[in-house]
Amino acid sequence: MAERGAIELVCPAGSLPALHAAVDNGADAVYLGFRDGLNARNFPGLNFSADDARAGIEYAHRRGARVFIALNVYPRPSRWAAATAAVDAAADVGADALILADAGLLGYAAERHPEVALHLSVQGSASNWRALQFYRERFGIRRAVLPRVLSVTQVQRVIERSGVQIEVFGFGSLCIMVEGRCALSAHVTGESPNTHGVCSPAHAVRWQERPSGRQARLNGVLIDEFAPGEAAGYPTLCKGRFEALGSVMHALEEPTSLNVLDILPQLLAAGVSAIKVEGRQRSPAYVAQVTRALRAALDECLRDPAGYRPPAAHAAALERLTEGRSHTLGAYSRPWQ
Amino acid sequence: MKLSVGPLLYYWERPEVFAFYRALASAPVESVYLGEVVCSKRRALKQADWAAIASELAAAGKEVIFSTLALMEAESELAALGRIVAGNVTIEANDMAAVQLAGGRPFVAGPHLNVYNGQTLRLLGALGARRWVAPLELDTAALAELLAERPDGMECEVFAYGRMPLAFSARCFSARVRRRNKDDCSFVCGEDRDGLTVYTREHEPLFALNGVQAQSAQVRNLIDCVAELDAVGVQVLRISPHSHAAVPFAEVIAAFAQAVRGQRTAQCPASALPGGYCSGPMLEARR
Repeated sequence: MAERGAIELVCPAGSLPALHAAVDNGADAVYLGFRDGLNARNFPGLNFSADDARAGIEYAHRRGARVFIALNVYPRPSRWAAATAAVDAAADVGADALILADAGLLGYAAERHPEVALHLSVQGSASNWRALQFYRERFGIRRAVLPRVLSVTQVQRVIERSGVQIEVFGFGSLCIMVEGRCALSAHVTGESPNTHGVCSPAHAVRWQERPSGRQARLNGVLIDEFAPGEAAGYPTLCKGRFEALGSVMHALEEPTSLNVLDILPQLLAAGVSAIKVEGRQRSPAYVAQVTRALRAALDECLRDPAGYRPPAAHAAALERLTEGRSHTLGAYSRPWQ
Repeated sequence: MKLSVGPLLYYWERPEVFAFYRALASAPVESVYLGEVVCSKRRALKQADWAAIASELAAAGKEVIFSTLALMEAESELAALGRIVAGNVTIEANDMAAVQLAGGRPFVAGPHLNVYNGQTLRLLGALGARRWVAPLELDTAALAELLAERPDGMECEVFAYGRMPLAFSARCFSARVRRRNKDDCSFVCGEDRDGLTVYTREHEPLFALNGVQAQSAQVRNLIDCVAELDAVGVQVLRISPHSHAAVPFAEVIAAFAQAVRGQRTAQCPASALPGGYCSGPMLEARR
């Protein structure tokens, strides 16, 4: 039996109630961002003030959980001062780690706050051990979150040679592109994860009712059209229906969520240090449900990896929370690629 | 200002590749980027072939730079990178793995390294970068801010012509739209000389699929912005390769050569690709 804590469950919080929900339902760590447009979930009404962050950290620490603060956009020169101020504030409120993507900002944090652990964000686009060696040697990163592009075998190879802890995504919305190297949203809306911390931003979305169905537009561009009665999903660019080779199809990806419940033993055997749940934009109720289900599954997997079966009730609960009521292993599974 | 021809992003057949670079030997460009950036499975040209092309271009007075793979996952890809770096050539690093291996020697920081501020630029400069290719997402205002902070001797290159490389995935999109997966791709990306155009359901050209890469359907064409880019301090304009079916490429180079010599009326020939030209950094600017 592996120890609890051998693999950390890292859950999202867009607000204090969500942080409480994550901690109360078994998260080992919670990650959050400030309300400053400098992290990858720059949504209206979301994220933390410094005071909220301090209160959240105190709540988590009292219950044995850690808190990471994400500052993972790429600041342009006019935003540099705000970005370094945010790094200082994150260190000041007592974050257990900073999640950064920008090399310049990693350098700043390593120099000014050597006592604070640095994690390379998924937005850092490091998909191989050689790139991780760069970040480890220059900035002393302790952990990296891998882009959702590697098979389980490749994840294991990275872990064997990278010399840093590896965190992988386990549940939630699925980015199908290398994070940090996707400008699809910038192309259509002028705003992207790298520059603004948003993908397919809500302010650019327009819904239009037509006799043929319901149209979802992003900055005027038709992303999908749903027939009457058909479930309509959020118009994320890479999940739209487009025309290619004369057929209308989900040319890049279907609306679906990532869910690794079925392969937890393989990820454990590969040596991952943490499983990350996507969704800082989600409600406290969602965070509670996902955390509870993954906590139970991880505990089961740690107790008996060889005999592990995804707990049926929790698997069903997670399925209800997926996009389009479907899930995938994404790139962890070769055939998906 | 100087002109460069960026790496060939598509999977063309050997004779077409050799003919393309033979024609470049006499073209009015200073730099030529060689090598495979998109997919390591594409091996129509061996390293020796690229070396032969490099020799011919160097003999014709061109600066030759080898571009490295943008998405590096497999050990075999890291090994191939090691062989390129060992070849004592100047590289364009498109992943931090390449910076880690080539650091200390002069290199070009490629468009996929995410350089958005002066601190990152100075860090790469200290490691040997002597030129950097600005991310596609930087508009002219942000570029001007960044250029004001660049270290001495750091050249700035901007992607000035071609379908824009917007994203990379583990998934091969060219295979997917043909109901194949990547391990059984049969190199179907080779059927699309300039990428496969994806349209909205209103038949508006939106993206172009090129193996594991997603591009814009629109061809970015900054020929009308040459004076503005020159004024903020951009020194190199990148022209990305396209097939003869898309555009008479030699005429594109000739037009940019006129523009950098100060001919404000220079114009590129029309592109036959669906989506046409966009002049601004992004689709946003086109609307």
